[in-house]
Amino acid sequence: MKRNVAIVGGGQTHHAARRQDVSQPEMVNEAVLAALKDANMTMDDIDAVLLGNMEFFEGQHMTDCWLADSTGAFGKPGLKITTGGTVGATIIAAGAHHVASGLFDRVLCIGFEKQEEGDTNAILSGVAHPLFGRSMAGAAMGFFAMLGSSYMANFGATEEHSAMVAVKARQNARKNEYAHLKLNIKIEDVMNSRMLAYPIRMLDMCPASNGACAMVLADEKTAKDRCKKPVWLRAMETAHNEQFVLEWRDTSSTAPKFSDVAATRVYKKLGVKDPASYYDVFEIYEPATWAEILWYEDLHLCKKGEGFKLIEKGITEIDGSIPVNPSGGVLSTNCIGASAMLRIWEAALQIRGDAGGHQVPRDVHRALATGYGGTCWTVVTSLSDSLED
Amino acid sequence: MTDNALWPFEVEQHITAMSKYYAGKIGSRFYITLRDEGKIMAVKCPRCGKVYMPPRETCGPCFYNMKVDDMVEVGPEGVVETFTQVHYNEPVIPREAPFVYAVIKLDGADTGITHYLGDVDYENISIGMKVTPVLENERQGNILDIKHFKPV
Repeated sequence: MKRNVAIVGGGQTHHAARRQDVSQPEMVNEAVLAALKDANMTMDDIDAVLLGNMEFFEGQHMTDCWLADSTGAFGKPGLKITTGGTVGATIIAAGAHHVASGLFDRVLCIGFEKQEEGDTNAILSGVAHPLFGRSMAGAAMGFFAMLGSSYMANFGATEEHSAMVAVKARQNARKNEYAHLKLNIKIEDVMNSRMLAYPIRMLDMCPASNGACAMVLADEKTAKDRCKKPVWLRAMETAHNEQFVLEWRDTSSTAPKFSDVAATRVYKKLGVKDPASYYDVFEIYEPATWAEILWYEDLHLCKKGEGFKLIEKGITEIDGSIPVNPSGGVLSTNCIGASAMLRIWEAALQIRGDAGGHQVPRDVHRALATGYGGTCWTVVTSLSDSLED
Repeated sequence: MTDNALWPFEVEQHITAMSKYYAGKIGSRFYITLRDEGKIMAVKCPRCGKVYMPPRETCGPCFYNMKVDDMVEVGPEGVVETFTQVHYNEPVIPREAPFVYAVIKLDGADTGITHYLGDVDYENISIGMKVTPVLENERQGNILDIKHFKPV
């Protein structure tokens, strides 16, 4: 990047299925105030405001405009971003690019979703291709179901393996005061939960959450002058793919896959040979259990077809050698527009040592965060406590 | 007045939004051929040779705009690449649960299409299974002109 960019503050709401006590402006404002407080800044310090959510999930458009007062954007430059599941990470990428370019020094980034207020399944059907996909669309679940079926058939994983991911997420969430689903569950609870679309059961899926996340990004001078523990954004990559190329839904395919391509580019940029040892913690976007197992492989934490062995051996547990989603991840909290930003914020908290109950029990210097969107695009973000790596 | 006395007040909202979508040259040929001749047309990129099903306007990797003349008949038989059985109902889905849908790669195509499986017990479905389309008699010019795919 042309100029170095750091995360100098952030905050989030407590995430929940019901936030009937607040309006959308009030809920978003909670995260904004938390981020400003954490950054030790006021709105006067902010040069520009970037906001995003999943378009129309709340039945509202142009949220950047009508939330301008409560986001602090009044009179300031800014823009709105909507890239589906990845939106939170895309906002951070856009904010970082604005700072890196020299255009702004301090940018406030906000992602939110108040899912209970809209008809998310109906709006999601609009993601499908109008000619070939809409009659088969049934939210995101069918996609992950077919991914799971294919993975089990090709590599010998079982439904118990996905259940292990479900248990890990909710047990980690119990350590995270902000998480939505804090469930004290065991593998048999997952196996006994209602079948939605084989092999996806109720506890294999993320919840529909309400919540917001906000972060302040700054240039190197501001970060060094004003922030005790800046977390540097070292590299970000996005790779697009068209949704009807279903090759990668067949898990045996060797065709280039968006998530793998983006991760490979980040590793190349930073000279990462062995990501499992280079990074101390991972925060990945897993709306369903099988997505997490596939991410292990796409991020090169193991060989293709061996992702289920990592969860089986406990390697990705909070105290394992490759901790993945100590926060409880998207499986425990999915306020969509905030979810990918929460991955980056949680990764930053781990590097700062400020994650609280779900801080991983090791020194954290570097972390990797990912996003995940309905139509196959992704954002992979690499963070570090140092500008030297 | 306390906060509790204010909480919560809800305003019901309802929006009905109609839309239409013009299928374009490639999409129109696909639907007209399916409706009138009962044939399934894919499109082959003249540059890289990849056969896209469902057909699309541009080959992404080549950034090459394909033409109606580049369309080729595929199938009608194909192979199940992956599948699921859905146990919940959604207003947007024109089938009652439980139903099965699958990614099917038609013979001669390089990419799979999502569609329903029918005339088969769920226990007997497997990846790699050969299937063939069952067409509606009165076809309207939409993807449900193919009722579903069934085992060969």
